[in-house]
Amino acid sequence: MRIVIDLNRCQGYAQCVPLAPTVLKLNGEEALMYDPNPDDSLRQQVLRAAASCPVQAIIVDRLDEKGEKA
Amino acid sequence: MKTAALVADLVTEFKTHGRIVIVGASLAGLRAAEALRDEGFNGSLTIIGDEKHEPYDRPPLSKQVLKGWVRADHTKLPRMRKVDAEWRLGVAATGLDRQTKQVRLANGDQVPFDRLLIATGVRSRPWFNPKEATLEGVFTLRTSDDSGRLQAALAAKPGRVLIVGAGFIGSEMASVCRELGLAVTVAERAEAPLVGALGGVIGDIAAAMQRDHGVDLRTGVSVEALEGDANGHVRRAKLSDGTTLDVDVVVASLGSIRNTEWLDGAGLATGFWGVACDAGCRVFDINGVVTDSIFVAGDIARAPHALYEYQFLALEHWDNAVFGGRVAGHNMVSLEADRRPHLPLPAFWSGQFGVNIKGVGVGPFGDEIVITQGSIKDRRFAAAYGRRGRIVAAVTFNHGKWLEYYGALIERSAPFPPPPPGYDQAGDMKPIPARFPDPRVPTGVPDVVLTGHDPNERGAEYRPKKRDPVGATKHAA
Repeated sequence: MRIVIDLNRCQGYAQCVPLAPTVLKLNGEEALMYDPNPDDSLRQQVLRAAASCPVQAIIVDRLDEKGEKA
Repeated sequence: MKTAALVADLVTEFKTHGRIVIVGASLAGLRAAEALRDEGFNGSLTIIGDEKHEPYDRPPLSKQVLKGWVRADHTKLPRMRKVDAEWRLGVAATGLDRQTKQVRLANGDQVPFDRLLIATGVRSRPWFNPKEATLEGVFTLRTSDDSGRLQAALAAKPGRVLIVGAGFIGSEMASVCRELGLAVTVAERAEAPLVGALGGVIGDIAAAMQRDHGVDLRTGVSVEALEGDANGHVRRAKLSDGTTLDVDVVVASLGSIRNTEWLDGAGLATGFWGVACDAGCRVFDINGVVTDSIFVAGDIARAPHALYEYQFLALEHWDNAVFGGRVAGHNMVSLEADRRPHLPLPAFWSGQFGVNIKGVGVGPFGDEIVITQGSIKDRRFAAAYGRRGRIVAAVTFNHGKWLEYYGALIERSAPFPPPPPGYDQAGDMKPIPARFPDPRVPTGVPDVVLTGHDPNERGAEYRPKKRDPVGATKHAA
């Protein structure tokens, strides 16, 4: 799957990190690092992390790798 | 038929059977394509990109990819909807003929269009000596292929890495090198890192951060020559202060060059700072007359900005590509009354040395700075930039939650120094000179530039087609 995080919008609350710890990491106090193309098996984790973001900064793909609705 | 009905008919006809070509298959081009389909454009859509890859995200390339956590080909951008486009990837556009409305490709093909979006962005400035640039171990960083190669070189544990240029990307790379435990030297021509974008006061803090993390930071120097061994691998760098460094990897992080060459001779207002357009992404021609069918978005666009005295603003920022692409897409299929302006409050971020640096506004438009919250010693603070008593920009180090507050002040041209919000006020809130370099002094090219009031000012130049006699090329500026 594919995600991108709008790091202008991200304010480093880091609510998302424990929900998808292999996809999202903090580098220091508030700089978020992430895996832009995590394995599909992590979709539920990533969706939960995205839903937890207080500023809606996590953008999740709406199409899968075949170009169909994810 | 009444005129209004005729126009409505034309719009319907264009949305059904029109041909739109987007040149540039990265963030701005992709988001524009999605916006076009969102707006009900059902005609033919062609997206041309010189890289063979489908659109991918670039910010991770200098961070998690170099670190080895994320593969270089694993930053593909999420798709928000089907765009149903013909993708022409791996072939560059080499020319534009406005008379016949065709884009010429490197393989000789001609792609006709009714409306065109220019989103060809920038490329990294290469090492100035072409022979030295071909030495093994000499890199630039812009594309995912660049990042993959550099990552492999760093993973091979080189003895010392030399990074030339301490802008945001150079500094981020130095940070990754230290996280990987590599010896790294950063050579910067200016007095400190990040001075082009943030000025000398913040530059001093960035310099201290680098040195605290074990970076061998050399400021006020340039790298004059690189030398290779018998196998053609770079081994030594000669600095302008007379010193010589033993190095195994050199990364030239010298800013960017706008990809405007393919527009030479098209008679558009293009040049060093990009492609001039109005606030609605419509491109100006060389005479400052706005075109109807050619639009521009992303790093390569420069448009007058209401917040900065209507000077043209060139912005190499991520969200400028996203929002610019969307506005361009909307305006390409909308009538005059429905067009929207793209007037972004510039915003950026950079993660380095464990610190999240974020900013809003245009720092170099100001001349004073005041630390408003937090403490420099803790590397957790907010600072505001001012010009003639009003706030024009703000920057935070690990204090991003407060940036929105300053952004709102900038948008309404609030007084400078601004009232700090809430708690956590800095001790000494006296404005001091921000120490931006004289714009005439060559230094690292910042990624936000105010480029004057004229569409053709500051380096836009008219390069007529080949039929003109030698020497006829005149600079419009």
